[in-house]
Amino acid sequence: MTIELLRFTTAGSVDDGKSTLIGRMLYDTKSLFEDQIEQIEAVSAKRGDEYVDLALFTDGLRAEREQKITIDVAYRYFATPRRKFIIADTPGHIQYTRNMVTGASTAELAIVLIDARKGVLTQSKRHGFIATLLQIPHIVVAINKMDLVDYDEDTYRAIVSDYRDFVSKLNAKNVTYIPVSALVGDNVVDPSQNTPWYEGPTLLHHLENVNVGASRNYTDFRFPVQYVLRPNQNFRGYAGQLASGRVRPGDEVVVFPSGLESTIKEVVTANGNLEEAIAGDSVVLTLNDEIDISRGDMIVRTGNLPQKSNELDATICWMGEDPFDPSKTYQLQHTTRVVRAMVTELTYRIDVDTMHRTPAEVLKLNEIGRVQLTTTQPLFYDRYNTNRASGSFVLIDPATNNTVAAGMIRGESRDVDDLMEGETKADDTATRRERSENVVWEAGALDLAERERLNGHKGAVLWFTGLSGSGKSTIAKLLERRLYERKIHTMFLDGDNLRHGLNGDLGFAPEDRVENIRRVSEVASLGYAHGNVVLCSFISPYQRDRNFARSIVPDGNFFEIFAKCDLEVLKRRDPKGLYAKALSGEIKNFTGISAPYEAPEQPELVIETDVATPEQLVDQLIEMLETAGII
Amino acid sequence: MKSYLQSHLKQLESEAIYVMREVAAQFENPVLLFSGGKDSIVMAHLAYKAFYPAKIPYPLLHVDTGHNFDETIAFRDKYVEKIDAKLIVRYVQNSIDNGTAVEETGPYASRNGLQTITLLEALNEFKFEAALGGARRDEEKARSKERFFSHRDAFGQWDPKNQRPELWNIYNGQKKPKESFRVFPISNWTELDVWMYVQQEGIELPNLYFSHQRDVIKRDGVLLAASDVVYPVGDETIETMTVRFRTIGDMTCTGAVESPAATIEDIVDEVASARVTERGARADDQRSEAAMEDRKKQGYF
Repeated sequence: MTIELLRFTTAGSVDDGKSTLIGRMLYDTKSLFEDQIEQIEAVSAKRGDEYVDLALFTDGLRAEREQKITIDVAYRYFATPRRKFIIADTPGHIQYTRNMVTGASTAELAIVLIDARKGVLTQSKRHGFIATLLQIPHIVVAINKMDLVDYDEDTYRAIVSDYRDFVSKLNAKNVTYIPVSALVGDNVVDPSQNTPWYEGPTLLHHLENVNVGASRNYTDFRFPVQYVLRPNQNFRGYAGQLASGRVRPGDEVVVFPSGLESTIKEVVTANGNLEEAIAGDSVVLTLNDEIDISRGDMIVRTGNLPQKSNELDATICWMGEDPFDPSKTYQLQHTTRVVRAMVTELTYRIDVDTMHRTPAEVLKLNEIGRVQLTTTQPLFYDRYNTNRASGSFVLIDPATNNTVAAGMIRGESRDVDDLMEGETKADDTATRRERSENVVWEAGALDLAERERLNGHKGAVLWFTGLSGSGKSTIAKLLERRLYERKIHTMFLDGDNLRHGLNGDLGFAPEDRVENIRRVSEVASLGYAHGNVVLCSFISPYQRDRNFARSIVPDGNFFEIFAKCDLEVLKRRDPKGLYAKALSGEIKNFTGISAPYEAPEQPELVIETDVATPEQLVDQLIEMLETAGII
Repeated sequence: MKSYLQSHLKQLESEAIYVMREVAAQFENPVLLFSGGKDSIVMAHLAYKAFYPAKIPYPLLHVDTGHNFDETIAFRDKYVEKIDAKLIVRYVQNSIDNGTAVEETGPYASRNGLQTITLLEALNEFKFEAALGGARRDEEKARSKERFFSHRDAFGQWDPKNQRPELWNIYNGQKKPKESFRVFPISNWTELDVWMYVQQEGIELPNLYFSHQRDVIKRDGVLLAASDVVYPVGDETIETMTVRFRTIGDMTCTGAVESPAATIEDIVDEVASARVTERGARADDQRSEAAMEDRKKQGYF
């Protein structure tokens, strides 16, 4: 039987019993050795402890053993017949956010400890926030010291309820709650007789059965070249580890930054050539063409490209002793590539305890913020939340060579005004929102909240994007009918309609398309401000235009919906005969044929119009709106 | 749906190979420390795989205390020839002769501590910027916080308070002149992982690891092999026992365990159910409770 590997992180404060919990897991799974146990017994006795302090198994360095606190990330190992576990044991107190981020960066599961006597504290939230920020796919909330609250079910339920309220704001996915006592051993390895009201798994059972590999991306092939092997004139191989995706001989690939194309010749390992390599494999690739490739280059599949930019929007955790210095140039290490980078703007700081965003001039040790970066050479990246491996980086201070920040890429750089609440200005030069001079915004007599109260639902903008004929308008109209039946106020904006009036002066050249979308976005925003659910159906091929539409509606009220349909299906369907004309050249600048279409990077919903029926898709949309609390 | 789960050994191997390649790419002059013990043999095996079909782009360095088992040295030379690697050997005896190291005297004398001196001298002599070692975090508590890329100051010293955070698999090997790194590609392996990997890969090991008859002396609960440098003191006696070694280091401090395990399969079973850590059989760690931490600050692995 294959033994699987699960890396998890633990966070909790000095008193939550985190070290004891780990000690308990090691002890109960018989992962400790007699000499280790004897050593700990001796130390405990010397210190005058009444019982053998299980926490001593994990408190590594002498300094912290003396101070009785863990001060750095320590790695622990234990195994059961099913799985090997690597624990990144991180301290929980405020000054060590950096350690928590470090431990979380490689983890697939986080255990957040809560002291049952104290309930949900600020730091329990901080741990959840960091776990979510680092995209750890599984969170376990271990409610510890149940023995000290007499295994009271209500106490447990109240804490679960409090924490649920909190994580609902976070976008956290799989959260599991387990009542335990690390000291006594309840529900850690063995089910407890003391919690008959609890029917869930023990902690170890959960760790042994939770889905692993969930944080890996097996779709997008990204191969950062680590090292070039050239043992002789006949062999030129590129050594590296697949950051994500899969690769097989014969695959068509493109190499960045050169942009040169080739095909995979072999996937070489010392154990023989492979039929396929997958995310996480360390292999050597050879290509069928002689291309100049060196360390730091990235090999990807043709047709599935990473983002490319030298202006990045990112969340960083500052880890340096010296605060971030805006006048300084840092080294940025991303996959196997190192470039120089300037932090051009500190957009805001996130208070890890309240999650509030505040404007800031500086980021200090253990602080997290959103920044805009400019690099000397473009990076080839994916967003962190779609690809941890190609969306992460560190900043290095060239003066000390220390790693001073951990970064997670959100996307291409945006302007601060675009991101701060209350401000509504887009960065793109193409769709800059300009204000006429001497015009002051007239505050409406009624505000949005009043309108929403009257309507009984919230306002929203649903932006349907997709190729011509992909079913955007069909679905949007069906949806509008369903919403009407539920007495929901709607507005429907569609490309063809608006081009007859408001946008009658615009053609299909790129700049006209941009202006078209700018006007539509403004109209949608007005409709939203009046409490409507605005349905917009536009091909809108450029991401930046859709980003603009998004930027003028508050977060959580804008839904980008990608009507996805195979191009070949569209060409066959071609209800208006447009594809035929485009293919024959009769229509110029036709999206998908002779003009580009940028598929949404992060749509709220993808509706596959060539797979599901319109009714099914409308059901999905209704569910999305209900989940988001709009209707 | 197709499962993409990889076994834990495959993931550990891939991680180690990744780290070994990072070292080759980030440093101009690295070296792989090789003692002839199982961990360093596994390291050499991984290095061979990391750069296949090319040769390992760095040399192997062995710090010989002069108190090694003959089997270790014979195995070392044969193995290095087999994988076509370059081997450098430096001797603790030379450091003693040059007066840079002072030999302990008496029946309990060990050259283990002196290895650090010879190692630092060798790193200095060849101006190695990074030394790859086979240390693992599960071996001892002080190692549990060790980084993959462990920074050492210009004197080869480790400062536990001043280690760089390591995030994801991004390793920062930037340094000032004269500073160096110790790099531990198999940090995340346990003793059992090493043995399972040896089994999986069919890696050859010195016979010392397998059960055999040997004359031993029991000292402070540790079975030491009787030899010119380890002899009975007081009421100690030499006994012939069926033993094997779980680690192979300097004869003066590497203890054997009583064991009938004669094959890799036996050993994997034995290690899986072992009740004493492998370092528990090393006399050098028992000198004080924080022994490892002290030695590490001085530049020991």
